[in-house]
Formats: sequence, structure tokens, C-alpha cells
Amino acid sequence: MADINLTIDGKTVSVPAGTNVLEAATKLGVDIPRLCYDQELSAVGACRLCIVEIEKMRGLPASCATPVAEGMVVRTNTEKIRKYRKMTLELLLANHPQDCLTCDKNGDCRLQEYAYIYGARQDTYKGERKQYAPDDSNPFFIRDHEKCIVCGRCIRTCAEVMGIGAIDYTWRGFKAKVTTSYDVPIEESPCVFCGNCVTVCPTGALQPRTRVGQGRSWELKRVRTTCPYCGVGCSIELVINRDGQVVGVDPADGPANHNKLCVKGRFGFEFIQSPDRLKKPLVRKALREGKRGPAARDSEFVEVSWDEAMDLVAKGLGEIKAKHGPAALAGFTSAKCTNEENYLMQKLVRQGFGSNNVDHCARLCHASTVAGLALSFGSGAMTNSIDDIAQSKCVFVIGSNTTEAHPVIGIQVKKAKRNGAKLIVADPRRVDLAELADLHLRQIPGSDVALLNGMMHVIIRDDLYDKDFVAARTENFEALKKTVEKYTPEYVENLSGVPAALLVEAARTYARSGGSAIIYSMGITQHTTGTDNVQTVANLAMLTGNIGRPGTGVNPLRGQNNVQGACDVGALPNVFPGYQAVTNADARAKFEKAWGAKLSDKPGLTVTEVINAAVRGEIRGLYVMGENPMVSDPDINHVREALGDLDLLVVQDIFLTETAKLADVVLPSASFAEKDGTFTNTERRVQLVVKALEAPGEARPDWVILNDLARRMGLGWDYRSVAQIMDEVADLTPIYAGVRWGRLVEGGDAHDKGLQWPVPANDHPGTPILHTQKFSRGLGQFAAIDYLPAAEETDAEYPLVLSTGRMLFHYHTGTMTRRSKGLNWIRPEGYIEINPETAAHYGIADRDWVKVTSRRGSVVTRARVSDITSQRVVFMPFHFAEAAANVLTNPAVDPRAKIPEYKVAAVKIEKAAEAPAWAAAKEVAAGGERK
Amino acid sequence: MSAMPEKNTMPTGEAHENGTVFDPTSLEGILEKYRGAKGALIPILQQTQASYGYLPRPAVGRIAKFLKVPESKIYGVATFYAQFHLHPRGRNIVRVCLGTACHVRGGEGILDAVSDELKVKPGETTPDLRYTLERVACLGACGLSPAMMVNDTTYGRLTKKKIAEILKKYE
Repeated sequence: MADINLTIDGKTVSVPAGTNVLEAATKLGVDIPRLCYDQELSAVGACRLCIVEIEKMRGLPASCATPVAEGMVVRTNTEKIRKYRKMTLELLLANHPQDCLTCDKNGDCRLQEYAYIYGARQDTYKGERKQYAPDDSNPFFIRDHEKCIVCGRCIRTCAEVMGIGAIDYTWRGFKAKVTTSYDVPIEESPCVFCGNCVTVCPTGALQPRTRVGQGRSWELKRVRTTCPYCGVGCSIELVINRDGQVVGVDPADGPANHNKLCVKGRFGFEFIQSPDRLKKPLVRKALREGKRGPAARDSEFVEVSWDEAMDLVAKGLGEIKAKHGPAALAGFTSAKCTNEENYLMQKLVRQGFGSNNVDHCARLCHASTVAGLALSFGSGAMTNSIDDIAQSKCVFVIGSNTTEAHPVIGIQVKKAKRNGAKLIVADPRRVDLAELADLHLRQIPGSDVALLNGMMHVIIRDDLYDKDFVAARTENFEALKKTVEKYTPEYVENLSGVPAALLVEAARTYARSGGSAIIYSMGITQHTTGTDNVQTVANLAMLTGNIGRPGTGVNPLRGQNNVQGACDVGALPNVFPGYQAVTNADARAKFEKAWGAKLSDKPGLTVTEVINAAVRGEIRGLYVMGENPMVSDPDINHVREALGDLDLLVVQDIFLTETAKLADVVLPSASFAEKDGTFTNTERRVQLVVKALEAPGEARPDWVILNDLARRMGLGWDYRSVAQIMDEVADLTPIYAGVRWGRLVEGGDAHDKGLQWPVPANDHPGTPILHTQKFSRGLGQFAAIDYLPAAEETDAEYPLVLSTGRMLFHYHTGTMTRRSKGLNWIRPEGYIEINPETAAHYGIADRDWVKVTSRRGSVVTRARVSDITSQRVVFMPFHFAEAAANVLTNPAVDPRAKIPEYKVAAVKIEKAAEAPAWAAAKEVAAGGERK
Repeated sequence: MSAMPEKNTMPTGEAHENGTVFDPTSLEGILEKYRGAKGALIPILQQTQASYGYLPRPAVGRIAKFLKVPESKIYGVATFYAQFHLHPRGRNIVRVCLGTACHVRGGEGILDAVSDELKVKPGETTPDLRYTLERVACLGACGLSPAMMVNDTTYGRLTKKKIAEILKKYE
């Protein structure tokens, strides 16, 4: 469509048809005042502030709601307009509390700003003022209805962006009030406390509770950095008061989040300055006296100097290596730490310990992605960008509870749906997105290969596959075709429980859309068939040519803030940084030269294998940086036994975690807010982490601790800055070759958007979409894969399938979220989700205590009776150490990726006679607090 | 920040406001008539109110699900129109007139007296669901002012003393 030319305040501008006058003016640099308008939301023309004069039009139209027309002549700032704007403001002020002096929004309030600009006084009009009690019953934000100017930005954000609609206009005229259904407190509404309404509120009507009395906008320091929670990688600003306290988090306009956040990112910051933070190195008393191993662990921790602690660690590791060989040592690095720290950790293990026994929790979430996509495509990462999802014509979400585990990507999926995309959700649970979906396929946990093979069967049978793509870009198609032949919809219905007709419709919808994106997560990966599942997903995308273009792709959503980066920089036992195999002699020679040491050519042990090897006595010393296997790993009783058998367990963390409590030495480290570095998000984007605070006590950044240890071990390290480490990573890692500190910091070319790998050179802008011309491995490889059942099947004794996963308000092992007041308030404890019919069968009512037992152990937790889950499946979030789901889970692993089967364990349930001890203790504590 | 009580319960919205359990049978019948129909919200709300006497929250929640519209939006519509009631109504509706004539002849005092007698404010219902008190603009009985209606019966030339006796007649 041709552009439209118009004149605004005497200047001409050319904009696309459909643009509104306000945006056209903005393009010219003319700032029209607005209170209700937000570019991302529908224009309602409610506040009457953006009025303009347009020749040949009557009255003063709202520029936000007036589309441009050819030859239009607009004036935005005449005396008449100013008069009416002033009057509008004075009418608003007449019904607004006159308490700017004590309002926390002072200095950041649009109403205040415009009142100043237009000289609007509060006392021009006198009349009744609306009087509503504020809703301050939740710890996240306060809703002060008297300060609300009823612009509706919050309503539209909640409905249009979040797709939730927790609030709306209610009543009418003078009484109009933005509130929940039946005006209940917001926590009793469908609100998810993302706080995106707080961001857009132009006045003090919605304010974060933690910021009350902490300072006006000009008194607060803001530091832009990257969120420490999930793999989305939202850009945030830490808001710090004059006393150096973090009092809030605001979203920044980052490439992954565009000013949006979720409840964890926005309100889950209090862990940073929690009194529980470790401040001094801790050592077992007996260890100081020369005793080590299980015997020493009964003695208490004592605080010691860094020198003493580090000497003990270096000596202990050295002795184990000397006595038992390099293979007796292992290191767990961390997806929560920066790329630079992960690089150093794997270097320490490879160069210093002398083995490849380095791994991290990627083993537990996406090891099968890394393995499977590397086989199919040659590169184990999300193929497309987050922004790209909204352009998709069909989004197929399989095994991802996106809106809870990756909420800001959930926003993109909802946006795609609003843009007209079809949404297919395959998930055993009726997750939030399933409610919105055109098709919900409710497969039996562990039947994904059958389901996907069934879809491919239909696509090939109906001749819907992309023959050109298959011929030009892939290999091994005939084998795939032969394998899926027997997966007729009826056969698949038997295996997966998905009705044949629904399967056919899903297959056709996905194949015919003209651009389909697959989003998957741990519902696909956390199976003994995880790698099979991933390769089958890749098969489906290749079969239909849905790869290498915007709006398509295979998009695994990575779980942790830096799990992608940790993998990228070699925190895996089989590869050096940049996925260069340790078995590859050329790669080894390169790293041997760079690090000046002979390196092992033998792939090391995975997280799950280290635990088993420790029980067998083959691993004697374990160095854990920022991981908590005592909550995160399957079959915790087994993990406890393994860690207990070690000669030396060193844990470097910000808290005394369940794992740290078992250690010989605990080293206090700096949180993300207290150090510089980079995180790589799920879309391969390397983003800056910026130091905003000093670490508490004597805590040090992980990279500083590792550098110190390496020096004491005689490795000759001398890292003075993060930039220096980044340069070393870039020099050795082709996909990170152009990732340099100078490009990412302020003034650098990639400051605002980061760099998406591969970044092969210093002037390369990064790669938003992988495999556009050819796959990383050349041709995409179809894998002919048959369905295999889960490792553990239900039987008469253990008749239910337990699936585990995340929930919105908590994160991973809970060390961070459970120390954040609001998150802990809204979900103070774990639960088991049970279908109403199943619950009735066992005589269990909502909120009853339930004993859940698997072949490995049992826990007592609360029942949450809900039809989100089906009759045969129960679900538990894994964040709660006191009733840990992972006591129950099956440590059986995928033979290739070694990822445990967290999604399928056979369990039985029964009503518990009484509350567990931890709950009773908590009630006593809570009772005390209330008094 | 003051200490927060822990939030343990999820809203279920299944209990009626007056303590009885919400019986969805009648509502389901109403909804069934409108399956797939457009512009059905207002008639559904009207018939729901006709059946239950007001719009119980569980009913609004169910209607929201049925129409795939946020519950807050339906509440917004229901509060926009004066015809919908969000709380249970009394068995007897007391309407005190404050039209011009009644106002001049002391209608305000009558309203206060009724309010004192019933111990509810205008717009409210007594906890035993015996009376709902409303103030209305004009009953069209100006000649009898000050006036009020209880259900379909009009009482005129009221004095405060008569109020208790009149109300007593209605169970």
C-alpha cells in the first residue's frame, strides 16, 4: 500500500496507511501528550489529551484514534488545543488526591508532568471526589483507586498483551472503577502478578509495594542488566535506593522482552539482599584439624578466612588427584553463572583436575536437545528468535507450559494467536495455553514419539510434505517414511490416547499453515527417550520445510538464564567451548596450546553419572558451583548417599543450600547483581550482566574464586577482568568469535540488543535465524525412530503416572524465589495436582495432606484437586525441598543424553493421617509472626 | 510493610454469598439455549437473574467460561446496567421515594428511619434476606408524599412512627 502524505505543524511527513495521527507526529519528533495511548495497545481515545485540530474536520479529534489521510493538515499545539488540554487535566485533577508531596510516583507521573506543562491547577473545579479504599492486600502492588484516572492502559495490557483480563471497567460515569470481577482483592482474580499493568500506569494508581517510601524517581539508581531467572533473558533495571538496597525491578526495552516481565523477574529480587546470604567461607571444624570425608561432616561449620578455605580446597583436590588420579575429581558448573565463569570452571576441570568430568544442570533439562538437534541439524539450539514467534502462522507447543515456565515467551505465543495464528498444544495437562488453543492433544506422558510419528504419517499420506525442501536440504527421508508407515492415527490413538481425528487435524493444520513454529521444552526432553523425542520434533519440522524462515523453526525453550551459555562455553563433559568435541584431535590440540596443558581425550562423566560413580567410590572429590543437586536431581536419597561418600565436597553458592549443608567447604559467591559478565538466553543471544551492588560480607564473584583456586593449584591463571576472559572465549570458540565486551557495553554496536551466535567475526551482527541456506551439518538428517515406552510403567501397586515440572511463582530449587517475600506469600508450599475423579476414588479432598510414594521414596504434600491433569496422571512442582518431588522421580536416563526421566514415574497416593513435620513447624512460625 | 497472612487458598467461587451451595442446573439450561449464538450476554444475564434472583459470582464465572470472555468483562457489563443485581435480594423490596415532592416533604427522614429500622443502607439487603432497601427517584405518587413501596403496595403520607409497623407485616 502506498504511503500517505500529511502535514503536521507545518512539516510534511509520509507514513504507511493505517497509521494514526499521533504516531505520524511522533515520527516528526512532535510529542503529543497522551495518557491512555500506548503504541502496543488498541487506541481508545479516552483521555482526550492527544486532541489536535485537523483542517476540514469538526471538533478536536483524538489523534491516537484518527487514522492519517492524504493531504491532511494537522495542528497539534494551538491556543485552543492548549486550553482544552488544560481543562481536561484540571477535571482529572479535581477528582485526584492532592498528595504529590508524599506520592512515590512523584517525578515519574505523567499526570503531574502534564499538569506542570499546561499549568493545570488542582483547585480549578470543586466537587465530589471518588472515595475508594486501596487494595493493598497483596505484597506485589498496591491498587490506589483514587489515583486512577480510568485511562484503561492496565485493562488493555491485561487483556490484549497478557490475554488474561483480570480487571476491567466496572460501574459507570463518576463511579467507574477499574477492578476485578466482583471487586475482589486482585489475588482472588486470575491475575498472575506480572506487573505489566504497573509499568504502563501513568499515575500512582498502581505502585510496587516494595517501593513505598523508598525514594522518588530522582533518588533511585537504576542499573540495566539481565534477569537471573529463566532462559528468556529479559532486560531489567535494578532499582536501588540511597541506602544501596534493591527496592524493585523495572523492565527495560530489551530484545527478548520489550518492557514486559513476569512475576519472578519483577518481584523476585529480595533474595539478592536476603539475610541468609553467605558472607564468609565456611569449613568443617574437623577438616581444619586434618580430618576429611564422611567422618568430618558431623562437625560444625566454622567461618574462616578466604586464604585458609582456598588452601584447604586446593590441597584437598590436589591430594585426591595425586592418590586416585584425575578421573576421581569432578566439577558441577552452573547455568546460573555467567559465560565467563562457566568457561573458567570447565577450564579448571580440564586443565587443573585433568579430566572432562564437568557438567551442569543442562543435563537435567535440555541435554537431549543438545544431543538430538546436533544430530538432526548440526546445532543444538533454538533455531529462531523470540520475536519471530508472533509472526508465525501456526504455533505448535509440545511439552512446554510456556506461560508459567517462560511467561514472557508466552506473551509472544498469545500475540501470534491474536495475529491469527493457529495454536496447537500437545500436553498431558490442560495448561494455560491449552485453554487458548485451537487444538489440544492430551497425550499420555512418554508417548511423544508415537504422537509425532502419527502426525508425519498423516502428512506423508495426505501428500502435505514439502518435497522440494526434503529433496534439497535433507537426507534419509526414505527411512523415516518407512518407519512412520505403521503409525496410523488409530494405532497412535492406542499408544498416546489422542483421538485419531484430532491427530489428523493437528497434522494438517501444522503442515498447511504456510509457516509453523514448534516450541518445546521439558515435556519433550525429560524422558528416557528424550533424544528420540527431540529428533522426532526435528523430523516434523524438516518434513514440512518449516525451518530456516521467520515464523518457523524448532524452538527449545531453555530453562535457566544461562543454560544456553553454559553449554556454549563447554560446561559439558564431551565438548570444549563451542561444541568442539574432546575426542577431536585438532580441537584438543588447539585447547592444549591455549591452556598449556595436556588434555584428556576421554569424554567425562555427566551429572547423573558422577552421582553413580561417587556411590561406587570412583569419584572422590566434587566441586559444585551454584548447583543444588539435593533438590534438583532425581532420586534424592541416592544423591544424598553419593555426596555423603565423597572425600571432599566443595560448594560455592550464594546460600547455604541443601547441597551446601552436606559440604566440607562452602565458599560464598556474588549474585548476578554483584558482578559483571554475560548470559546467553534461549535464542542464543549473549547479553550483558552489569554489577549494581557490592557483594555482601566477603562474598566474591565466582570467576574471582575460580581464578584464586587455579592460582593455588599452580595453573598460572591471572584473570583481572571479565573482558579478558571474554576475549579468551572468543579466540577459542568460533560461534563466539565476535562476542567482545566492548561491543556489548554502552557505546558498543550491540549494547541494546546483544549478539545472537554464531557471531563469527568482530564486525558480524549475529544470527537471528539458524539454517537459512543450509543446516549447520550440511544436510538435515531425518532419524527413523520408533516409539519406546517410558522406563517405568504403572502397575497395580503404583497405578499413577507422576509428572514433575515448574510453576509460575517459583523457580528451580527455590533458593531464590522462596527468599522473595511476595512469591513465597502467594505459594508458600508445594502440592500434588490430582484429577477430581482420581481424588474422589482415593477419598482425597482439595488441600488434604497426601502421601505420595514411588519405588524410591515417599513425601507428604498438599492435594490440589484440579482437572488440569487427567485421571491417570498426577503432577508435582519440584521447587520444594521439604516435600521434594525428586525423592520420587526415576533416575533412569536417556541412553544418549543421560537426561533423567523426570516426566514419568509410577506412584501411588493415599490420604495422609496428619500434617508433615515441616508443615507443623511452619504453622508455629507463622502463628508467631502474626502475633 | 506489615506482615502478610499467608495465602493458602485458591479462589473457588463455589459457595453462594448467603452460604448455600450454588446449583448450576438452571444456569446450564439457560446457557444451552445460547450455544454458538452471538450477542447473548445480556439475555443470559437477564435470565440468570430471573432464575437466581441476582447474579451469583459462580454463575458469572460459568458464563465467562461458556462465552470465553473474561469474568471481569461480564462484571463490567453487569455493573454498567442498573437492572442487574450482584448480591442476593431480599424477599421484600422496600423502595423509599426521594423524588422532588417527597424530598420536599421529608423523604430523606423517612429513608433514614427505614434504614435505621432495617439496619442496612440504601442498596443493601438484610443478612436474613428479608428486606432489600432502595432509594428511588419517583414512584409517581407525589400526591401521597412522602411515600414508599413495599413490593407492589404503596404507602403514602408517611411518618417515621409508621415505618416499623408497616415493615413488620412482611416476612
